[in-house]
Amino acid sequence: MKITLLWTDIMVWILLFSVVAWGWIISYSPQVQKQWHTIFKSSIAMISAIILLFYLLFALLDSVHFRFKMKLSDNYQSNMVSLLDIAFEHRIKTKERTYSAPFALKEYTKDISVDKNGVTTQIYKPLKYVHSGNIVINSIKSIALGGIISFLLIWLHITWRKKRNYSSDIPWKVGYITLFILITIFSWLYIMSFDYHVLGTDKVGGDVLYQSLKSIRTGVLIGVLTTLVMLPMAIALGVSAGFFRGWIDDIIQYIYTTLNSIPSVLLIAATVLLMQVVMDNHPKWFETTLDRSDLRLLFLVIILGVTSWTGLCRLLRAETLKISQIEFVKASKAFGVSKFTIIRKHIIPNLMHIILISVVLDFSGLVLAEAVLSYVGVGVDPTMYSWGNMINQARLEMAREPMVWWSLFSSFVFMFILVLSANLFSDRIQVVLDPRNDV
Amino acid sequence: MLTYIIKRILYAIPILIGVNLITFMLFFMVNTPDDMARSQLGAKQVTPQMIEAWKEQKGYNKPLFINPKATGIDKITDTLFIQESIKLFSFDFGFSDSNRNIGEDIKQRMMPSLAIALPSFIIGIVTNISLALLLVLFRGSILDTSMMIVAVMIMSISSLFYIIAGQIIFSKLWHWVPISGYESGWGAIKFVILPIMIGVFAGIGSSVRWYRSIFLEEINKDYIRTARAKGLSEISVLFKHLLPNGMLPILTGVVVIIPTLFMGSLIMESFFGIPGLGSYTIDAIKAQDFAIVKAMVFLGSVLYIIGLILTDISYTLFDPRVKLG
Repeated sequence: MKITLLWTDIMVWILLFSVVAWGWIISYSPQVQKQWHTIFKSSIAMISAIILLFYLLFALLDSVHFRFKMKLSDNYQSNMVSLLDIAFEHRIKTKERTYSAPFALKEYTKDISVDKNGVTTQIYKPLKYVHSGNIVINSIKSIALGGIISFLLIWLHITWRKKRNYSSDIPWKVGYITLFILITIFSWLYIMSFDYHVLGTDKVGGDVLYQSLKSIRTGVLIGVLTTLVMLPMAIALGVSAGFFRGWIDDIIQYIYTTLNSIPSVLLIAATVLLMQVVMDNHPKWFETTLDRSDLRLLFLVIILGVTSWTGLCRLLRAETLKISQIEFVKASKAFGVSKFTIIRKHIIPNLMHIILISVVLDFSGLVLAEAVLSYVGVGVDPTMYSWGNMINQARLEMAREPMVWWSLFSSFVFMFILVLSANLFSDRIQVVLDPRNDV
Repeated sequence: MLTYIIKRILYAIPILIGVNLITFMLFFMVNTPDDMARSQLGAKQVTPQMIEAWKEQKGYNKPLFINPKATGIDKITDTLFIQESIKLFSFDFGFSDSNRNIGEDIKQRMMPSLAIALPSFIIGIVTNISLALLLVLFRGSILDTSMMIVAVMIMSISSLFYIIAGQIIFSKLWHWVPISGYESGWGAIKFVILPIMIGVFAGIGSSVRWYRSIFLEEINKDYIRTARAKGLSEISVLFKHLLPNGMLPILTGVVVIIPTLFMGSLIMESFFGIPGLGSYTIDAIKAQDFAIVKAMVFLGSVLYIIGLILTDISYTLFDPRVKLG
């Protein structure tokens, strides 16, 4: 067994480490501590932050890929599996033949069967990989499991809190309850998934729960990595336009007005289409289909980043213009402090709230955009698990009677919870960090 | 005023040239005519002769920026870039892969797009402003807070789900309107009414929040307090004083999207089978028809730039404080 990281895996871990490092550095500032304290005073912010962390955890679990040794030779298998795949191994290869409803024991469509006497009848054939387990006992088991795990986590947290002498006006209890509910729901889904297809199966018999969980990585990565591409451009160009003014400002303004005037969906579509042609003409670049879909995801993220920095850049330029007129910046200029030191020490720290607000706001927009782009046909690779692809496939089955609703339902629920908590969290950040508001 | 407008229009020219350069780079440099020929001809064994013939037929056989064979000014003008730019700027979009005149197609498909986009836009603005005013009137009450939570929820649902849910409920279960299709004339109403309603509903969340915050910013200003002190009722304060002043940022904010209404909505049109520009674009993207995509990119940018100019003009028209510079 050896660890094999995809390009997006590497990017997401780099991003995670830099965010943690950055958070650790700024957490020494009492002002920042106070701000985050105020953010988490709201129960809604607490709940949504925990839900977001849960999603992030799944994305990270799915971002560690392994390759196992082949059974007979010393070579490694060509397919990669992630930690999430290992946990859900019992639902990957157990493919049914076609659709089946959640918790169903039989197939969704009737099939011809011939009995011993040669009489053909149309019956619902039983599914191959489900067994009717005892739902009540398993539910009790999963509540117990969820209780134990969350109790351990909460106990660890309380001891750590006591050591640090944390004040208690933060709604920790709400947080603990959310944690318990989330862990219990997940352990219920997980325990049930050994007996049933908890959320049904899709057209080719794949397990919908597994697909929805795999889609978390795609959604979160598009939201997070696009930021990684967009931020350096937006900050560098926005700050230099606002700080240096003159011809630099003119050029940067010209660039973003031009880019902005191309309708973004069309620009993304055009770029992705062209990239597809390039990839089709160079099939040798990719060893496996996973490599290929991963590179396509990476391209998509870069394209989304290049097309979406203009909004933040404009905001940062305006704010930098304002800040550089304030006395303390003028004073440091008069003292002969170098321009880059002024930018680093005085300008950028004062832009942090705008950057943070727009990053969290963009995140939910990007998760939603992925679904639309996949529908248009310029999103992630069709072989990749994503909510957009799930909706796209389920949409074709709308006319069937009775309806195949479970794929749509699952992608809807998973997306809605993620986007809703991101929106609620960004609202709270905006309320607290925006200096015009008085909290 | 006139000089100001002319100045704004002149300022749009370099932006248009930039857009043209970007589209050219995308469609001819990232994806060279040779690549295009290869993927168009499709066959495994493509000879260089076949590629040359294809390029000759499409008129792509000239050098990109500088033609070394030509003399004088032709060195620059007899190139693919100038040739394609002139075509685009004269709105001559050429022919699609299925040999249809793209310009004609666009003209035909504009009306169905407008039939959805314009009503959704107008009904949307009226509903959103009325809802926002209602929330401002009852600000701080349970109605306000619960509506704000509903607004965040509406914002958090992908537009795909509104369309699918609308089709299931109104067409499949209740049979009120046909699932998809279009016909010209007044018969179109039964086809466009559902997309319009869905478009309005999907936009409520973000717009109502935005308008409400604009109104709330205005409501703490002195002129509102004066109006109240005069003894005006809260309702007439809202309609006579708050609304005109709050409308200003809203109107100037939405002017920019008016020209782009012609482009229609990508997913709405393709879900409801409406033969507008949105579904035209989607079909072109799915069929990898670069000529159409290129035309739509250029058209969309031109319309957006017109929107920018209109925004600037509307500022000077509606807001007497803005001085012409």
